Amino acid sequence: MTTMSAARTGAVIRKELTEFRRSRFIVSTMAIIPAAFFIAPTAEILAQHPAGPSASLNQGIGFFLAYLLLIPVLIPATIVGYSVVGEREQGTLEPLLTTPIRREELLIGKAVATLIPAAGVSYLVLGIFLVIVQFGASPVVATAVLHSPYLLAQVFFIPLLAAWAIWIGLAISSRASDIRVAQQLSVLASLPPVALTLLLAFQVVHSTLVLAASLAGALLVIDCAAYLLVSRLFDRERLVIGARPGTG
Amino acid sequence: MERAGPLAIDVSHLTKNFGARTAVADVSFSVARGEVFGFLGPNGAGKTTTVRILGTLIAPTSGSAMVAGLPLTRASEAEIRQRISIMPEAPGLYRRLTVTENLEFFARLYGLPGRPARIRQVLAAVNLADRADDSCGSLSKGLRQRVALARALLSDPAVLFLDEPTSGLDPVAAHEVHGLIGALRDRGVTVFLTTHRLDEAERLCDRVAIMNTSLRTIGRPDELRQALFSRSLTVTTGAPLPVPDQVFGGLPAVQGWHATDPAARGGTADYVLTVSDPAKAAPGVTRALVAAGADVLSVTESRHTLEDVYLELIDNQEARS
Repeated sequence: MTTMSAARTGAVIRKELTEFRRSRFIVSTMAIIPAAFFIAPTAEILAQHPAGPSASLNQGIGFFLAYLLLIPVLIPATIVGYSVVGEREQGTLEPLLTTPIRREELLIGKAVATLIPAAGVSYLVLGIFLVIVQFGASPVVATAVLHSPYLLAQVFFIPLLAAWAIWIGLAISSRASDIRVAQQLSVLASLPPVALTLLLAFQVVHSTLVLAASLAGALLVIDCAAYLLVSRLFDRERLVIGARPGTG
Repeated sequence: MERAGPLAIDVSHLTKNFGARTAVADVSFSVARGEVFGFLGPNGAGKTTTVRILGTLIAPTSGSAMVAGLPLTRASEAEIRQRISIMPEAPGLYRRLTVTENLEFFARLYGLPGRPARIRQVLAAVNLADRADDSCGSLSKGLRQRVALARALLSDPAVLFLDEPTSGLDPVAAHEVHGLIGALRDRGVTVFLTTHRLDEAERLCDRVAIMNTSLRTIGRPDELRQALFSRSLTVTTGAPLPVPDQVFGGLPAVQGWHATDPAARGGTADYVLTVSDPAKAAPGVTRALVAAGADVLSVTESRHTLEDVYLELIDNQEARS
């Protein structure tokens, strides 16, 4: 029996990244989404009045940082929706599935290839945001942002939220018969964790370190469970004939 | 030419149902190593389904098979895929990648050592060395088909499945693909060729199977012709014979005869004579025609093509159903 091969997974990652680079849609998605979710919170932070009440300032910072968390969710959701159903429509899936590649290698390869730009762009935007705040915002606001507990949560939540969006998107893409439907459903299905983050940001649910750690842990477990689910949903026969085995 | 030796494919009572619809019904056949085996049938006959089953893409409902020396089971699927190659009807290339990048990706999936040299080798085999850096999206359909063939050859497979390799190609491109398949046959590669182009099968295949959900027949093209059609001579005369039975009826080599439609021949007449040995019967037939004062334009052995065999089998089946 063939064992998991890092070389085959690496081949998928390399191929996917090359295709992303040459796709106008993906490149523009990676530019437009961060810009859309970066400009407004940055402008708001720069306009924050330093003399305002600290509770209000903290709430504002939490909200703006949560807003940035939409980037690692929306970028993979739009890209990964194409991942499997797109290959099927392009006719590349059948030749791919006739090779010795295992479904786990293919799925992990596609997931990592999506995670790299999604997390990379998210961290880059966060870094630019912090630099602008450091040099552009008032010292009080800058200090509040740079010492905000939300910032650490941001660092951990970026890959976890991206992974959630990727596995949900891959699951939908493995079952969908149309690229656009897959992309739309992927975006919709990836939003629930963001809603929770917004509840925290608006202090509807009061955030504590324990709660943040618990949420991160829960997301990690959900991501692992989602991977196992997607792996089971990825059925060669269904993907090739376009229907559930035995129903054709 | 029938190849001797161990079997590359051995299929036994293979059946595939999609719900209530049977796509492949109780099909059994074997393919020898090094053989070019043609798998013919009309659209929807179950050819592609059979290839997908043998290529481990879909599971059979019942029956068993050995592919490239391995039993067709879930445990051996990955190993079978390592030993075979399938070129589907659609080339299925990544259009944003170059020819080399496409092949490089698949070479990595097969874990091939010495990838650059191997890629150069297969590109040379399909006459595409000068297009290695072209984007696949910029290639014509014929060139994409050649890249797909190069991809199928990358892993030097024990069994190569070609599913409608010339579908949609112009005659020149199709001719080039035929040349490549001929070269593979010369190298001793086992080729399982799915096609509905009967001239292609007749030219390239050692044996053919005709399929229409179930297997209708299997054998060498000339065997199938002999099994289905009696041997015959076609006689063409300048004008219809006044009493043909007087000419043909008395010849011991002639077992029966019939005239074809004279109106369609512009004054000439055609007679098809059933004989056991056309070469031996022809001189006697010619002498009898000359003796009867007929203007003999030609006496030729009737040649039935694989298309005749195919149509006979498929038409008979449709008439029965």
